[in-house]
Amino acid sequence: MSDLLSVQDLHVTFVTPDRTVHAVNGVSFSVKRGETLGILGESGSGKSVTLRSILKLHPEHRTRWSGSIKLEGDEVLSMTGGALADLRGNRVSMIFQEPATAFDPVFTIGHQIAETIKRHTGKSESDAWKRAKELLELARIPSPAQRLKAYPHEMSGGMRQRAMIALALSCNPSLLLADEPTTALDATVQIQVLLLIRELQRELDLGVIFVTHDIGVAVEVSDRIGVMYAGKLVELGGVEQMVDAPRHPYTRGLLASTVHGGMRGQRLEAIPGAPPDLAEVPAACSFAPRCKYAEAQCLAAPPPLTAATEGHLVRCVGRIDRAISGHLAGNARTHIVDRTGHIPPG
Amino acid sequence: MAIQSPSLDLGAGAAVCATPAAHARGYWQQVARRLRRDPVTLVCAAILLLIVASALAAPWLGLADPYKTSMIRRLYPIGSPNFLLGTDELGRDMFARLIYGGRLSLFMGVTPVALALLIGGTLGITAGFLGGRVNMAIMRVMDVFYAFPSVLLAISLSGAMGAGAENTLLALTIVFIPPICRVSESVTTQVRGFDFVDAARASGAGTLTIVRVHVLGNVLGPILVYATSLISVAIILAAGLSFLGLGVKPPEPEWGLMLNTLRQAIYVNPVLAALPGVMIFITSICFNLMSDGLRAAMDVKA
Amino acid sequence: MDTVMKDRGGPAQPLLLARDLRKHFPIPGGLLGRATRVVRAVDDLSLSVEKGETLGVVGESGCGKSTVARLLMRLLKPDRGTMVLDGDPVDEPHGITVNELRRQVQMVFQDSYASLNPRLTIVETLAFAPKAHGLPAAEARARSRDLLAKVGLDPNSFADRYPHELSGGQRQRVNIARALALRPRLVILDEAVSALDKSVEAQVLNMLVDLKNEFGLTYVFISHDLNVVQYLSDRVMVMYLGKIVEIGSVDAIYGDPQHPYTQALLSARPSMDPRKRTREAPIQGDPPNPIDPPSGCRFRTRCPFAEDVCAKAEPLLNASGAQEVACHMRIRGSGHTKAP
Repeated sequence: MSDLLSVQDLHVTFVTPDRTVHAVNGVSFSVKRGETLGILGESGSGKSVTLRSILKLHPEHRTRWSGSIKLEGDEVLSMTGGALADLRGNRVSMIFQEPATAFDPVFTIGHQIAETIKRHTGKSESDAWKRAKELLELARIPSPAQRLKAYPHEMSGGMRQRAMIALALSCNPSLLLADEPTTALDATVQIQVLLLIRELQRELDLGVIFVTHDIGVAVEVSDRIGVMYAGKLVELGGVEQMVDAPRHPYTRGLLASTVHGGMRGQRLEAIPGAPPDLAEVPAACSFAPRCKYAEAQCLAAPPPLTAATEGHLVRCVGRIDRAISGHLAGNARTHIVDRTGHIPPG
Repeated sequence: MAIQSPSLDLGAGAAVCATPAAHARGYWQQVARRLRRDPVTLVCAAILLLIVASALAAPWLGLADPYKTSMIRRLYPIGSPNFLLGTDELGRDMFARLIYGGRLSLFMGVTPVALALLIGGTLGITAGFLGGRVNMAIMRVMDVFYAFPSVLLAISLSGAMGAGAENTLLALTIVFIPPICRVSESVTTQVRGFDFVDAARASGAGTLTIVRVHVLGNVLGPILVYATSLISVAIILAAGLSFLGLGVKPPEPEWGLMLNTLRQAIYVNPVLAALPGVMIFITSICFNLMSDGLRAAMDVKA
Repeated sequence: MDTVMKDRGGPAQPLLLARDLRKHFPIPGGLLGRATRVVRAVDDLSLSVEKGETLGVVGESGCGKSTVARLLMRLLKPDRGTMVLDGDPVDEPHGITVNELRRQVQMVFQDSYASLNPRLTIVETLAFAPKAHGLPAAEARARSRDLLAKVGLDPNSFADRYPHELSGGQRQRVNIARALALRPRLVILDEAVSALDKSVEAQVLNMLVDLKNEFGLTYVFISHDLNVVQYLSDRVMVMYLGKIVEIGSVDAIYGDPQHPYTQALLSARPSMDPRKRTREAPIQGDPPNPIDPPSGCRFRTRCPFAEDVCAKAEPLLNASGAQEVACHMRIRGSGHTKAP
């Protein structure tokens, strides 16, 4: 099956009179229909910038893009005007962290969803409202007919997020972009929304790119996970590969420093230091200054993205495997100690 | 005292990694750096400086006597020999009068705002920081004054108290207290909501100490910027009152009053008659633009 | 002010006792701004903090956990209820003043940026409290530099910087240092690591453990992150809509949760194992609004086991297993069909 979205060597640079930021420095990945790609990274890693570039959401006058983003073969980066509007309205939808800002507070939810449907499909008023009700049902919103008449502030955070998902689906997109959609939600609500996104993705055969800083969330929704650091994908692989046998020292560090139940009383393995300032294009491995396996060649040139195993790409010169080969075999499994604190079999 | 734990060593490492290239820079240094890149604000400030300096130094500039009238050389046009900007309806040197006029006009613009800043600012910061009933009491009183349009209020106050520079000053001060109070109250309320004020309260410091250390530094900037923008309004209002005969009394040179007395000459020499107006316009627009520039420069985010 | 507060009542006496704390926030809206409704943020809540322990507080938004923090710190005045700090009643005739309480109890806030004054350098921020308590300026600065070193920031490099020149993790270290400046005995950490990236969070958590050991601190650790609470706490208190629903040792709460809400919270955590993904959300809906909490048991509207008795009577905290639980299913003879 051909790729729904293919991103090749994407670079994004923000230029303002005060400073230049090289936010994304050569990111390549693809997403198929019916697949969820999780992009995991900490603040400043470029994960959201990558996601927003797919819709060219950054202000044109101070953003420099290069590389290629192809949606079903059409180049997004060269789109302008009508083509871009069609991309944003009919082919790709996005949901955000804060649903409150996605809705206009002075109109009802139903009005806003119906308006969007009318604008994009030319349906009649009553058909559009009928469709809006279906969408709320699709987003598992209880008593949808009443909810259509509700204003955004009358809904709880979880309901608003569901309504935003309904709005996002109103144009039958083939690709759904999710930018930390559950970060602002409570734990018991977060899991409901994650499950909803997973179900909808399966039902509607959507491609989904799910950006998050939370490893647990990424593991819960993704088929494949990409880890970003300093504007680059440092590792990309199937969710089981990533959890069972992470290759990049940064991924391993993230997993090790994520607190879970089995760690009580142990010292946490924190990654020392802080991410680099992206005022300049990294000339070496960006993670090397914080990496305990770093050596001369890590500082000589940026490492290439190479296949460690089938479908598992790593941006590391590879000495890590030799340095820790024994270590890895014994310890990798401790990363997936589950919530009850025992190590799962297999 | 030394802690030999790995995490703290890592922390120190973090410190070294994340040291920014630039040296530690205070907030006001950043503001100054932004201002230096803003030509409009710089030009306005320079013009204002020139007007203020020449007004202050007027007696020592070797100007003609601004009070000396002459029946034979009335309404000389601009560029006449010995009279660079001509003469007014009583034959007085316009250039000298415009420069001397700046003394009173600027004084009438700046003083009421400064007084109002002192009174309104104190009231507003008190209301904003203490909140509750104190806030209610202060702000409701301000609302009463707010109910009248500022021009009308100034006119009626001056009218009631009688003409003269002192009364104009007093009237204008009263007019400017409510808006400054309201702005001070709103920025203070905002700052009071920040956790660092709660942290200061949690440290057991007294209210006055907290206001001095944590509140003033954060609210004075925006309040001063707002007050600067009021100076232009004050100059115009003062000129307006003089124009109506409620402010400064002749023969004092003052722009508003000059505009009034030159009114009769508008058909004889309209350009000459407009000169005091031009001065009012330039000064007030410069204050306004400078205030805008300051506001932009002070809006430094992280 | 330099003397470290002495342990008065011995190790068995709780460091802080709070009884029947209540805080309702009126919502102005009626005629003439009169409040017609109230947010019942904290309702008749009693707790004790033992010396040297870490008490974890978990719950979702609106459960009142941040209000509890501000009540314990007396940044908010409780509508009713009493507090006793190591045997001394707070703000009562024969007790200690609120200011004395604040010397011994300090707090770290979630938002590392909003909790630092942007106009002050780091050392000025740290020296503020000691100076306010009468320490000479030079000594206050020296102590601030010591504190910076304690939280892993090089004083030579950081003392004269401004908050915006620091990363989030560094700012939070400064906030922790500020909380320690008065040598408190109890530190309340209100979502103190929640805004940090995971790798930075681990650094700060390690540091909190070290500081606790070095200074003999007691922590109240408030967080929505169950994993972090489990990692750090000795005892855990679970809150729902202004009430404690379950409180007990960390092993009891995480190993054998008794209240349906605690069970739901724990199983709502992502599994971290792609082979054991969550199939079904443990409970549906959002936490209700604390303005009009449900009658009886406040959790009953989301509880899969709710029965008539849950709407009629409010379940009180009751020993069940190794912990205390407020659920009719755990109260003998409560009338619930699942009651023992």
